[in-house]
Amino acid sequence: MNDLILKIEGLTKYYGGVHALENVNFELRKGEHVAIMGDNGAGKSTFVRQLTGVEQPTRGKIVFNGNEVVFRSPIDAREAGIETVFQNLALADDLDVPSNLFLGREKILLNLGPFSILDFKGMRAATEAALKRTAVKIPDIGNMIRNMSGGQRQCVAIARTATFASKLIIMDEPTAALGVQETLQVENIIRTLKANGEPLILISHNMRQVFDLVDRIIVFRRGRIVANLRKEETSGEDVVSYITGAKTGAEFAEAV
Amino acid sequence: MAATQAGPISRESDRSLKSKFPELNVLIALVVIVATFEILGRVFMGDSFLFNTRTDVTGLFNEQRLQIIILQVSIVGIIAVGVTQVIISGGIDLSSGSVVGATAMIAMSFAQVSMVNGSPNPTAVFKGTEWLDLPVLVPLIIALGCGIIAGVTNGALVAYTRIPPFIATLGMMVTARGISKWITKGKPISFPTEAYTKIGSGMMPVVIFISIAILFHLIMTYTKYGKHSYAIGSNEEAARVSGIKVENHRILVYTIAACLAALAAVVVSSKNLTAQSGMGVMYELDAIAMAVIGGVSLSGGRGSIIGTVLGALIFGVIISGFTFMRLDAYYQEMVKGVIIVGAVVLDQWRQRSRSLRG
Repeated sequence: MNDLILKIEGLTKYYGGVHALENVNFELRKGEHVAIMGDNGAGKSTFVRQLTGVEQPTRGKIVFNGNEVVFRSPIDAREAGIETVFQNLALADDLDVPSNLFLGREKILLNLGPFSILDFKGMRAATEAALKRTAVKIPDIGNMIRNMSGGQRQCVAIARTATFASKLIIMDEPTAALGVQETLQVENIIRTLKANGEPLILISHNMRQVFDLVDRIIVFRRGRIVANLRKEETSGEDVVSYITGAKTGAEFAEAV
Repeated sequence: MAATQAGPISRESDRSLKSKFPELNVLIALVVIVATFEILGRVFMGDSFLFNTRTDVTGLFNEQRLQIIILQVSIVGIIAVGVTQVIISGGIDLSSGSVVGATAMIAMSFAQVSMVNGSPNPTAVFKGTEWLDLPVLVPLIIALGCGIIAGVTNGALVAYTRIPPFIATLGMMVTARGISKWITKGKPISFPTEAYTKIGSGMMPVVIFISIAILFHLIMTYTKYGKHSYAIGSNEEAARVSGIKVENHRILVYTIAACLAALAAVVVSSKNLTAQSGMGVMYELDAIAMAVIGGVSLSGGRGSIIGTVLGALIFGVIISGFTFMRLDAYYQEMVKGVIIVGAVVLDQWRQRSRSLRG
């Protein structure tokens, strides 16, 4: 069992009276790519927010890399090694690529507290290296994000996860806003990550993409997990019936 | 977020002179305005605006005019530097003018001499004044304290109550003005110590303004503080999920702005040898105008200290130019208004054409 990178037990989140997540159990192995699917409002994004420290769960236990963890902020999760590509990209439009990659954890040349002097050279070099590692092509990293296409922005957001020695990458609908070409580009990056043995949680609505990329599919419905399917043992139709509620996994029957 | 919808077509990376030096437009505007006054002067006044035409002094330029141009905007310029970093981080500060008033009154109370021409200082705030004639450091520290109190209050209101910065700092604007009037029930405070009068004498305001501008240019360009200010103004949510402590940063930004307003208060009260409750009225708007003319975007994330300094110089040139043309001050204000609106309209056009192309 020591190849488990992430184990979640009884994760529950209430917003006032709204039960957004109810007793979610989840496991992820080293090198494994898992997709999370589900209808809008099924709890996918809520699940991610608890896992990345953006919000704090009402109940539940998160064991990451063998240690029980409590994330009070995104920085906590990030320091533990969980990198997230958020649905809304979370990039600062008026900054260039290195500044965005290192936002909130800049390389420092001279430590003067908040007025610490930045190591621009070091950040540029590390950016080039990260782009190479993820096979992301950006013509000019000194360019502001504002001047980039949606695909380039997404690539920057993904490259950010590879800049740091991350142990788990989470992507929340990384291709939702992209064109065909750009989607292929992002999918290639994901394959590169798979080849590098980096574990990934992918939230996606795109059935073809999910079947192309991941090993396992988890289906959320109404804040609960209703299916845990190996890719080889399921089909698109099958997954859809879980998403819509036509079917519920045997081992989850009591949950619904 | 809407940013994602920006078109799929990749734009050629724009590494022209303009993208390396975005203040170029402002610099061009400055040159054009100077040239306009030069031409108008030659045609209508038979004199040069910029160059030395007197035979009894040497030098290519009319140095006296150049000095006045920058001297008359130095004090508001100090405030504008502080306001610039507030606007870049996505906020606004309307309180700086009133903070100047209140700080000038309070600091001056501690900068007074006890005896004037052998009799007790008639404007002494603290009666029975043997203990006055304090070292100049005392009013300076007190001014700094005023800045910190005003700034932390502004920053905490904006960061924690989530009311718009316009409202939070409007509250401070009214309150601080009230304080400045309340201290002496409206009477001026005069006769500062000699050491205090030196702070704002001669060209000292210019020296202070330029030093502050250089310091903050370096801070905004090369430090974490600067980077985080741009990031928060650009996309607050991104900054937050990236782990930047947005609330703390905001408080620091507003505190620095108010401390610079307090510094301006010391300089202006020292320069004028007196503090009055009405000091600094409209300074906040002039400071914001300098920043806006200098290309600082009111929606945050864009702009620079260099731009604001150029904006301040445009202000100075216009005031001097109108005086040079012997036009009434009324016209200055009217033209200032037009220029402020014009600068914002231009900024909007630039943004719109950019997003259309994008």
